[in-house]
Amino acid sequence: MFKWRNVAEFWGMLLVLIVVGCGRSVTTLAELEKAATALDLSPAEIDWEAVAGGELLDVEKSTLKFGFIKLTDCAPLVIAKEKGYFEEEGLNVEIEAQSNWKVLLDRVIDGQLDGAHMLAGQPIGATIGFGTKAHIITAYSLDYNGNAITVSNDIWKQMQEVEPALKSPHPPHPITAHALKPIVEGYRQAGKDFNMGMVFPVSTHNYELRYWLAAAGIHPGYYTQENIAGTLDAEVVLSVTPPPQMPATLEAGTILGYCVGEPWNQQAVVKGIGVPITTNYDIWKNNPEKVFGVSADWDAKYPNTHLAVVKALIRAGKWLDETNEAGELVNRPEAVEILSRKDYVGADAAVIAKSMTGSFVFQPTDVRPMAEFNVFFSGFASYPHYSDCVWFLTQMRRWGQITEAHPEEWYSEVAREVYKPEIYRQAAELLILDGKLTEADIPLASYEGYRPASNEFIDGNSYDGRDPLGYLQSFEIGIKD
Amino acid sequence: MSWRGGLLKFCSVTGLPALEPFVRLAYGEDPQEQFRGIAKYILLPGLAIVVFLACWSVAAKTIVTDSMQLPGPMATWSAGTELFSMHFEQKARDREKVAEQMQQAVTMVATANAMLAKAESVEDGALKQRLEGNASVMKRQAVDTANYTSSSAPTFVEQIYTSLKTVFFGFGIATLIAVPLGLMCGMSPWFNAAMTPFIQVFKPVSPLAWLPLAGLIIIWAYSGSKPGETFFDKAFLISAVTVSLCSLWPTLVNTTLGVASVNQDYLNVARVLKLSWSQRLFKIVLPASLPLMFAGLRISLGVGWMVLIAADMLAQNPGLGKFVWDEFQNGSNVTYARIAFSVIVIGVLGLLLDRAMICLRNLVSYDNPATA
Repeated sequence: MFKWRNVAEFWGMLLVLIVVGCGRSVTTLAELEKAATALDLSPAEIDWEAVAGGELLDVEKSTLKFGFIKLTDCAPLVIAKEKGYFEEEGLNVEIEAQSNWKVLLDRVIDGQLDGAHMLAGQPIGATIGFGTKAHIITAYSLDYNGNAITVSNDIWKQMQEVEPALKSPHPPHPITAHALKPIVEGYRQAGKDFNMGMVFPVSTHNYELRYWLAAAGIHPGYYTQENIAGTLDAEVVLSVTPPPQMPATLEAGTILGYCVGEPWNQQAVVKGIGVPITTNYDIWKNNPEKVFGVSADWDAKYPNTHLAVVKALIRAGKWLDETNEAGELVNRPEAVEILSRKDYVGADAAVIAKSMTGSFVFQPTDVRPMAEFNVFFSGFASYPHYSDCVWFLTQMRRWGQITEAHPEEWYSEVAREVYKPEIYRQAAELLILDGKLTEADIPLASYEGYRPASNEFIDGNSYDGRDPLGYLQSFEIGIKD
Repeated sequence: MSWRGGLLKFCSVTGLPALEPFVRLAYGEDPQEQFRGIAKYILLPGLAIVVFLACWSVAAKTIVTDSMQLPGPMATWSAGTELFSMHFEQKARDREKVAEQMQQAVTMVATANAMLAKAESVEDGALKQRLEGNASVMKRQAVDTANYTSSSAPTFVEQIYTSLKTVFFGFGIATLIAVPLGLMCGMSPWFNAAMTPFIQVFKPVSPLAWLPLAGLIIIWAYSGSKPGETFFDKAFLISAVTVSLCSLWPTLVNTTLGVASVNQDYLNVARVLKLSWSQRLFKIVLPASLPLMFAGLRISLGVGWMVLIAADMLAQNPGLGKFVWDEFQNGSNVTYARIAFSVIVIGVLGLLLDRAMICLRNLVSYDNPATA
């Protein structure tokens, strides 16, 4: 016989379980006041300088969720949480791993995430409308450098055949793509695609890999309105693969090489599936890499929260780059341990340590000191320089992601729309007031946001952020306007 | 009812016939027959598991690539116990932290009160204003601090809980849609004809194809609302809706079939007795179609559980799927052991869900086929 009572009981019990699971008690101010009267706090115990010296930052939203991708350069976010810097600003922050850059950006745009560890090109691309259009800003640059280009063992062997100097256990660096050129041509003659992986269309990796290939005369292909994969006239076909899947994709043979951040190059060394041949430090010394991005709406709604977040990040960056008298990065081993936890980067600590602690392993026989492989703070690395934004814009134009020519002013206007050094400066000044930062840690007040012109590129080209059009003219391969 | 009868009924209703021989043995029934039962339901499967573990161990030694290795049973087991101990350690830390935050909140309020007291006595107008302003900021922050909830990443056990919650929610929505629709289809061949194209076209669609559309709809529905102010998390709803979209078809089809195939004699009796429409539905049609309906619900829940893991992976909804994906991305030494362990947990939970449905079916309807 059919019994309604049983059905009703079942669903009733389920409902009770769900309600009990969701409900939680809320502590009110009245309850706290009552508890506070019982607490005998003498005025002498209060740090009057801290509570009355200046105005306390009135944080609008204290519970935040930030997204990140499992890469070592998310370190400032993780460290700000684990070392309690967020907490000291009155922020309760959850840091959640995202599956890929697109998901991460979409979740920042629709408000599921308050902010995120982003590719420097993402806020720029989103703001100018390449890909998903949304006004994203950044007030904190997470790091310089930190990427490398890895090729499979087989390609490395072929490159050694082309250029015998590479056969040495300690080959001369930097290794250019010249040795790769005949191999790529061989593939083309055989009618096969030469595939390489990068992580996102507007990622530094895409531009760096293109830069490295083009510097040796290999054409990586143009983007056009119709060809959004960026493969027009390509000699090497670049495709998007999420960073953590790079080694597996290389091992599967889908791609023959890739450009990615750490620990995914060291992973290839440790597992013996590929050889990192050059780092982006060799492609451009101290190139901008990741930023902390939030949506412009979020910033408008929670300006004090944003300041508090940037304050905590600055302290985390400073902590990461702290050195002793001998110039050793003293806090990195601890950072490596924290990053290796499964909810953060999650790779084995030994793998992360290979690039984070002052050296970089190219091959087991070729370990080079590279203290500046990851720069989080020193040399004003965390300051959002306008010239860094302009560089990304020039590369977007060079490869056709920006489909039409723009005048020179446009470049600096976009930079001002996306990069917000004023927020950084305000946060830094609050920290200086608290004695947690010194004047020397931030650029002078007169600094205009353009790093001095530099020719420390693999092709010897010179880049001046104030002359983007001249820079575009200087390339052999690429749109010149 | 005697204890014996009760226990035997329990075994059959909960779908655990493996326990039956033990009950009968305890009441001294023909031991030989009971031992045969035990051998069939306990010893033989046990042996099969041992053989499986042995094969697995051998495979673990063989399947090794440059970057990966299949974890063996022991590695999987220790990864699993580690996951659980990590959960309990995390919970202990969280409790400590909550207590600490509460303490700090009280201190903050006390400090704010002291500041207000001091503000009464100072002459300097600017300082007075600053003290009062800061005291009110501090009190507001104290309330936030007191209501601190842990912001550590969800542990494995919490992921299990989230997954179960999501699957039940999605399955609930699916049932609420599929059963009434199925009843209508079953009772009216005309309505059924109108629905058939939709059912046939949408039934075979993969969850991964639904996901972006489900995401679009949820994000549209929630546009304009701030996170934290909505009752449900967007990612949770996206996963749940994907689960419903995939799991409503078996229930729908089976309910239709069940209702359409109610014995004509029953309906004739209803006509003779001049039963009203609702009486006919609740006294005749529903009870008679329950066995088939439940067969559909059981398949639906199974499908929902499978879909959920895939949806979690893509929708970033906390849950077992996200756990597996995050671990895969970690690429550390214990990654594959943890994934293997979650595969087993996912399977066991799927089994439990299935048993729960059988149990529910046995409670509300009779004439059911025996449980395998």
